[in-house]
Amino acid sequence: MRILLVEDDVEVARFVKKGLQEAGHTVEHAPNGREGLFLAASEAFDMLVLDRMLPGGVDGVRLVETLRGQGNRTPVLFLSALSAVDERVKGLKAGGDDYLVKPFAFAELLARVEALGRRPSSEAPVTKLRVADLELDLLSRTVTRSGKRIDVQPREFRLLEHLMRHAGQVVTRTMLLEKVWDYHFDPQTNVIDVHVSRLRQKLDKGFDKPLIHTVRNAGYMIRAEA
Amino acid sequence: MSERLARPPPPPRLLQSAGFRFALLFMAIFSVAAGLLVAVLWWATAGAIDRQTVAAIRADTLALMDRHRDAGPLGLIESIEDRMAQDAEAVTIYLLMDRDGRKLAGNLDHWPEGIAGDGTWFRTELHHDGATSEARLHRRDLPGGLSLLVGRDESERTQLDIVMAEGMAWSLGAILLLGGVGASLVRKALQRRMAPAMLTAQGIAAGDLARRVPVSLRHDEFDQLGATMNAMLERIEALMSGVRSVSDAIAHDLRTPIARARGKLEEALDAARSEEGLRAAVEEGIADLDNISRVFQALLRIAEAEAGARRAAFAPLDLSAVLSDAADFYEAMAEARDQHLETDLPDRLDLVGDRDLLLQAVANLLDNAIKFTPPGGKVRLSARRDGRVAEIAVEDSGPGLPQADKDRALDRFFRADASRNAPGSGLGLSLVRAVTQLHGGEVWLEDAQPGAEPPGLRVSLRVPLP
Repeated sequence: MRILLVEDDVEVARFVKKGLQEAGHTVEHAPNGREGLFLAASEAFDMLVLDRMLPGGVDGVRLVETLRGQGNRTPVLFLSALSAVDERVKGLKAGGDDYLVKPFAFAELLARVEALGRRPSSEAPVTKLRVADLELDLLSRTVTRSGKRIDVQPREFRLLEHLMRHAGQVVTRTMLLEKVWDYHFDPQTNVIDVHVSRLRQKLDKGFDKPLIHTVRNAGYMIRAEA
Repeated sequence: MSERLARPPPPPRLLQSAGFRFALLFMAIFSVAAGLLVAVLWWATAGAIDRQTVAAIRADTLALMDRHRDAGPLGLIESIEDRMAQDAEAVTIYLLMDRDGRKLAGNLDHWPEGIAGDGTWFRTELHHDGATSEARLHRRDLPGGLSLLVGRDESERTQLDIVMAEGMAWSLGAILLLGGVGASLVRKALQRRMAPAMLTAQGIAAGDLARRVPVSLRHDEFDQLGATMNAMLERIEALMSGVRSVSDAIAHDLRTPIARARGKLEEALDAARSEEGLRAAVEEGIADLDNISRVFQALLRIAEAEAGARRAAFAPLDLSAVLSDAADFYEAMAEARDQHLETDLPDRLDLVGDRDLLLQAVANLLDNAIKFTPPGGKVRLSARRDGRVAEIAVEDSGPGLPQADKDRALDRFFRADASRNAPGSGLGLSLVRAVTQLHGGEVWLEDAQPGAEPPGLRVSLRVPLP
C-alpha cells in the first residue's frame, strides 16, 4: 500500500515509517498538517496515518474534514495522545476511520493499517465467509466446519465473523474489544484471550489443523495453514 | 505578585462605586416623585385660588354690568361704592371711568398702564390704599363710553407662592443632602458587606485555598453570594486536592515501576551475554512500559470522571443491557477459573449516564471479584430499582476485606496486603468511586455473607435515576 504518514514527532515518524516499510508498504512522510494536506490532496494514497495534533495551523481533524469535503475517501487512521473518549468520537466524526492512542505497540498500528487498507472494496454484501473448511453463514447465522455444524454464542459468532473478515491479517486484542464488544476501555485482564480460546476450542475440537493462530506480541489471526 | 494581590483593593472612586450610583439613582427617582407631589399640591392650592379669584371677578363684573343696564351709570356707581364699603379686608378693586378718562367711582386713583381692550384679563402691580400689591384685573367697556375695571388683590396668593417656593427649596435641599448622605452610607454599607468576599477572593488568588467567605446569619443576597462562593471554593479545593493526590500517586506509583523497568534494562545492558537475553530484557521493558501507560490511562480516566468533565457525554441508556453485556464478557473468564458468574438483572433499567465509564466501573468490579475469588467460588452481579435509585451490586465468595481495608479500599493505589502480588494497578475501585460520584451516586463495601467464613465482599453502587 502507498501510505501517507503525517506526524510531527521525528522519532515516532521514523520508527513508524521504518516499520511500515518493512511490512512492505511505501511510505511518504509529511511533518506538518499543511504539507500533509497538500500531499494528500494532490497525490493518490491508499491510506493516511495522521497525528491528531499537528503544528502548522492544520491539525489532523481539520485535514480530514478538508479532504472529506473534497470528496476524498481515502481511509484515515488517527494517532493521538488525546485518549478521552470524546476526543476519539471527535476524530471519527470528522471522517477518521480508526483511532489509535499513543503510546501504541507497532504491531497494533500495523494490524489496524492493514485491516483498514484491505476493507472490502465491493459494495455487494457478503453472505458467506470461508476460511479453509470453515464456513460462516451470515444469513442463517450458522458456523460449519467440513460440513459439521458448530454451535456458537451470538458474541462468539461476531468474534469469529470479525476474524474471518480479516482472514490472513493480524487482529489485535484491542481491535476485538472495540469492534466486537464496542468497549473502549482497558479490561485490565486477558478476558479477550479467554473468549478467543473458548472459540478456538469449539472450532478445533475434532480437527487436527488449528485455524485461529496466536501472533506473539500482537494478537490473533485466522488462516488456513499453520 | 502575591503581595500585590493580598492587599485589599482601594475602594472605587465615588462615582465608580456601584452603591453610590444606586443611591443616586434612587435619589433621582425619589426627587421626581417629590416634584410630582409638589406640582399636584401647587395645582390644587394656588391653582384653585386662581380659579376662585377669576370666578369671583367674573361674577362681580357680570353683576355690575347688569346693574348698569338696569339702573344706569348712577346705579352702577352706587353699587360700586356699596361693595367697597362692605369690603372690610380691602381685597376688591374697582375703577369706573368715563369717556374722557375721569374717575367716576372705585378705589384706584388712575387707570393702570398697559391695559388692553374690552374683555381682557391681566395682572399688574397696583398702588392702592397706600400699599403696593399684585392684582388680577378684568376690563369691560360699558355702553355710554364707560370703562369698568374689576379686580382682586392677590397679595395672599403671592404670599402663598413665596411660602411654597421656599418650602420647595428647603425640601429639595434636604433631599439632596439626605440623598447624598444616604448614597455614601449605602456605598459604605455595600463595601462593608462586599469586603469579606473580596478579601477571600484575594486570599485565594494569592494561593491560600483554605479561605472561606464568612457568612452572616442574615441570609441576604450577600450571604447567598458568600455561600455560593464557598461552594465553588469547596469544589475547587476538592479538584485541587484531586490533582495533588494524582501527582502524589504518579510520583509514588508510577516512579516505582519506571525505576524497576529502568533498572532491569540497565542491568540487561551490563549483564546480558547473549542476544537472546538482551531481547528478553527489552521485551520485559516494553511490557513494563505498557503497564505504566495503563496505570497512567487509568489515572487520567479517574481524573476526568472526578472533574465531571465527561458529563457532556451522558446519554440515556439501558443499564440492564450494559450490565448483562459486561457479565457476558466476564463470564468466560469466570468459567476459565472454574467460578460461577450469575446475574440477577431487571428487564430494563433506564438511566442517563456515560456507557463507557459505567461499563468500565462494572468491569473493574467483576475483574476484582473474579481475581480474588478462589476456583469453585461464586460471583454475582445484580441490579435492581429501588424507588428513584438504581442499585448495582457485585458480590463474591472470596476472602473479603477486613474493616480497616474496606474503609481505605476506595482510595487511589490502595492495595490490600493480601493482594500485593496480584496483577492490577490498585486503581480499579477508585475509578468505580469516581464514576459513581460522576453519576451522583455512592459506593460502599460490605461483607457479602456477614458472619460466614470467608465472608466474601459485596460492592454496591447506588445511582439516582432520572
